[in-house]
Amino acid sequence: MTATALHPSEKKTVSPGPHNRPRRRRRRPANDQASWPVAVLGWLGSLVLFSPIAYMLLKSFQTETDAASPSPKLVFHPTLEHYRSTFQAGFWAYAGNSIVVAVVSTILVLLLATPAAYALSVRPVRKTQDVLFFFISTKMMPVAAGIIPIYVVAQHLHLLNTVVVLLILHLGMNLPLAVWMIRSFLQEVPGEVLEAAAIDGAGRIRIMRSIVLPLVRPGLWSTALLCCVFSWNEYFYAVNLTTTTSTLPLFMQKFLSFGELYTAQVAAVATVVSIPVVILGWVCQRSLVRGLLFGAVK
Amino acid sequence: MTTISQPAVPVKSPTRRGSWSRRAPLLPALVITLVLTQIPFALTIWYSLQHWNLLNPGHKGFAGLDNFRTTFGDDTFWKAIKNTVVLTGGATIASMLVGLVLAMLLQKKFPGRGIARTLAITPFFVMPVAVTLFWRSAMFDPSFGLLGWLTDSVGLPRVNWLSEQSMLSIIMITSWRWTPFAMLVLLAGLQALPDDQLEAARVDGANWWQQFRNVVLPHLRPFLELTALLLSMNIIQTFGEIALLTAGGPAFGTTNITYYVYLRAFNSFDFGTASAYGLVTLVLTIALALPALRLLSGIFQKEGRR
Repeated sequence: MTATALHPSEKKTVSPGPHNRPRRRRRRPANDQASWPVAVLGWLGSLVLFSPIAYMLLKSFQTETDAASPSPKLVFHPTLEHYRSTFQAGFWAYAGNSIVVAVVSTILVLLLATPAAYALSVRPVRKTQDVLFFFISTKMMPVAAGIIPIYVVAQHLHLLNTVVVLLILHLGMNLPLAVWMIRSFLQEVPGEVLEAAAIDGAGRIRIMRSIVLPLVRPGLWSTALLCCVFSWNEYFYAVNLTTTTSTLPLFMQKFLSFGELYTAQVAAVATVVSIPVVILGWVCQRSLVRGLLFGAVK
Repeated sequence: MTTISQPAVPVKSPTRRGSWSRRAPLLPALVITLVLTQIPFALTIWYSLQHWNLLNPGHKGFAGLDNFRTTFGDDTFWKAIKNTVVLTGGATIASMLVGLVLAMLLQKKFPGRGIARTLAITPFFVMPVAVTLFWRSAMFDPSFGLLGWLTDSVGLPRVNWLSEQSMLSIIMITSWRWTPFAMLVLLAGLQALPDDQLEAARVDGANWWQQFRNVVLPHLRPFLELTALLLSMNIIQTFGEIALLTAGGPAFGTTNITYYVYLRAFNSFDFGTASAYGLVTLVLTIALALPALRLLSGIFQKEGRR
């Protein structure tokens, strides 16, 4: 671990050299096997975190009468009634909007953030620190502080209650995080590799395409995953700027009025709207862990 | 100014042309971020100096510092700030502690570890609005909720969570959602710990606690800092949970600044004062966040040297 923390004001550039090469990670030896109490506690902790979701799944298949019993009912006649009524309540329109907003904004974020991160890392511009600082500082802004002008501008541009306004705002919401994450992944690409490629006569775009991007692919995946999750679940802009043409959190909110009485119905809707990102998260968890490990800090 | 043909490798003093071709890839992202964050910011400043209440359209015009006087004189606003600190601090610390313990458990190999980890990270992916509504009726409800059944089973008195322990309820659901994220980052950190260090400590006869204190914790420090930063940045914006669980109550006891500005703007339609609230919030947040940002910049410096 390098213990030499530099003060932010010291703009010190260290030329690439062997002593700065990222430390190679070694495979862990076999003594990493958990003792049984650790295994039991690990399982227990995971199950506790998951239990509300398991409970939600369980309730979604119950009738309202079963769901309203004061003690958890584990034996019951399962029913799909609530799933049926979920899809009949106009689910697909909202789902379509959610997919468009999440997918398009994530693609745009990656397209914009990757070159920016590249400019900030592999080929640093002057004042890199300041620019990074600026990007991350926008994430500190409370969303509430900007909502009134956004509302007024959207109204003037006739963008209220449209998918476009959410798309733009989700782009703005995720872009700083993505620049910052992708840059830290790019930092991991050893400078020597790039130099070698440049000496071999590879152009900038070729280096990017055939060396840099494949190396940071897990990082890009985890960035995309996080952007997708944040966009899919975003509620504040949706509730303030859209009403009928909106995304799934607002569809969910329609069930608020009878939330107290219809637990099973709420459970079914909640399950349906959550499933796409949950599956995406499960599938991509390896790249998420690797991505965070890769880029977070060394 | 000397002009050299395109340098093949990065050089320290770029030519003008070189530096522009380097900056160009940055520009689209930078411009979009500038437009989407700084224009609302500038307009917020402008609005905060205006009398502008949609319910009172006759009274419009320059307000000077009136709105700020209202903001600073408003006890509820200060209460909201206090709530924000309690909620953000509480949920961040809780998520990090539980996340750390879980990461340490799941770092070791055991049967079904992959499945256990998959289950543990799921709360981070489920839609917050959806699970919040579910928690409201199936977990927190005083007569039907699972928590009530649990407290009964261990012989504790029933708690009406959302009205008696409203802040605790919100901290609980927020930490539940963010713990998996903390766990993921910290797990990544633990897996990056080089074995030779622990090996050396073991050879020196260090017990579990000494290994943890002297090897694991120092190694994890940057990861812990990063986790704290990312969590607080996100939890400070908490809105849905408050809106759907307690609507900020009782007696503004769970109103955080995000929710309070929302109430001002979209319930009282007082855009002028709401902008002032937003602006003061922004300044206070930045004042609180500056130490965190400096910390982050320290991390950049450490990993950025190459």
